[in-house]
Amino acid sequence: MNSRGNIKDFLFEKTTALFALFVLALTLLLFALLVRESLPAIRKIGASFVTNTTWDPVLEEFGALPFLYGTVVSSFLAILIALPLGVGAAIFINEFAPDWLKTPVSFLAELLAAIPSVIYGLWGIFVLLPILRDHFMKPVSRVLGWIPLFQGPVYGPSMLAAGVLLSIMIVPFILSVSREVLATVPKVQKEAVLSLGGTRWEMIRIVIGQHCIPGIFGATILGLGRALGETMAVTMVIGNRPDIVLSLFQPGYSMAAVIANEFTEATGDLYLSALVEIGLVLFFLTIVVHLVAKLILNRMVPEARKGAAR
Amino acid sequence: MDNAIEVRNLSSWFGQNQVLKDITMDIRRNSVTSVMGPSGCGKSTFIRCLNRMHDLTPGFRMTGEILFDGRNIITEKIDPVLLRRKVGMVFQQPNPFPRMSVYDNVAVGLRLNGGGKSRGEIADVVEKSLRMAAIWDELKDHLDRAGASLSGGQQQRLCIARALAVEPEVLLMDEPCSALDPVSTAKIEELIEDLGDRYTIVVVTHNMQQAARISDSVAFFLMGVLVEMDKSAKMFTNPSDKRTEEYITGRFG
Repeated sequence: MNSRGNIKDFLFEKTTALFALFVLALTLLLFALLVRESLPAIRKIGASFVTNTTWDPVLEEFGALPFLYGTVVSSFLAILIALPLGVGAAIFINEFAPDWLKTPVSFLAELLAAIPSVIYGLWGIFVLLPILRDHFMKPVSRVLGWIPLFQGPVYGPSMLAAGVLLSIMIVPFILSVSREVLATVPKVQKEAVLSLGGTRWEMIRIVIGQHCIPGIFGATILGLGRALGETMAVTMVIGNRPDIVLSLFQPGYSMAAVIANEFTEATGDLYLSALVEIGLVLFFLTIVVHLVAKLILNRMVPEARKGAAR
Repeated sequence: MDNAIEVRNLSSWFGQNQVLKDITMDIRRNSVTSVMGPSGCGKSTFIRCLNRMHDLTPGFRMTGEILFDGRNIITEKIDPVLLRRKVGMVFQQPNPFPRMSVYDNVAVGLRLNGGGKSRGEIADVVEKSLRMAAIWDELKDHLDRAGASLSGGQQQRLCIARALAVEPEVLLMDEPCSALDPVSTAKIEELIEDLGDRYTIVVVTHNMQQAARISDSVAFFLMGVLVEMDKSAKMFTNPSDKRTEEYITGRFG
């Protein structure tokens, strides 16, 4: 322990440990703060907070279920759209695109991830909403308006708009992770399919099934994580109406959006506390999603790892 | 005995780098032909030309003729997908599909290109192929095990069964034993000798004893050139070319 090198190593190790502890402490403090600030609401409202569907701050009735519903539905809608888009684009870039096209396409796709969400929101209001409303929602509503999913008057701002906008925002994540996952497929596995007289499509289908499902699942969760917490862009296109309606064409509201919209105007301690409790619920939701994803991944991966050595 | 494949003046390049130089050789039907030579001599590149496995390699090109079923398979008009159903391949690294069952690994080739075989027919072919690959007795009660859970030697025989299931005329084997232990190697060698009566087999190996044990004919490659090809008995006792003699007596390579 006397030599200089050992002291340096010792200091280095402890310093990095400190940094790691800092991250842990930050998470715990964040959690503690959320709990402390939402305690008044938890005490006063109890479990009905997450089952009650009425949000009426004036009458001090705080039911957060519409927000929970909006967050979950818009996020899953986003995944539903983004997953085939992202994985498909990854397959094209990795397996089919000529070299001169690969770099610009993947660069632009990764650039999408760096655009601030408020810009997405503006684009959503000025471009996406009118297009969706006039060229998708109106015609669909005319023909399939009797289906509950597409019922009601068409305004534009809606659960569907939020889902579509979110999907565009998370495609870059799914795309780049899927590309990395595809790139890890051993060449001999692809050649195995080809050598049996498989087409390139069959080759891709089989190697994805054999090697990429856990990775693509991970990418999906990453995207879902972003979608669940996305605030600004969603607020700008979801319509901000705290109702639970099955129709995707109707406005909704999300947890992040309501916090952002109402925090500054929250008069009264209970109102403020209720908003923080929504934050706590969102925090739990993301943690639960990640934990469940980890569990599922752990069950998938050991099996795949044995084969990955090949 | 006639020829399954006739190679005429085959040259090939990876980019600017010429790997095969003017190869001409006949591969006889229903016999075992070994392709041997030191690392980097082009032997793997050569057999991968025979099933157009280089198609996806950017910068690869080849000239000359490879005649199979009376047609030059180098030309664009040949569909490599159909060619590979007649010219199967077994790789150096056993590469069963890790998450597929033993059964599905063998059946997978039959289900490609729309399949067209009934369940019963597939089950018959799976059993027949596993028997031919001498692994039926070991695995008949474990057909639902994942490909990745088998030992290396079993995996390689499973890959042979998988290749046989699509009923190819030619089986290309790229150093099929080099990743295996001696016991598994012996089993695969025995298998190759057996299959040699019914299939045209081309085996790449850098192991001379192996080439001597299993093959009817041997081709010796050196730096992209086919130095000599002959009956294996003649090749290992009385080679015509000095370079072959130097190689088999261990003076290089």
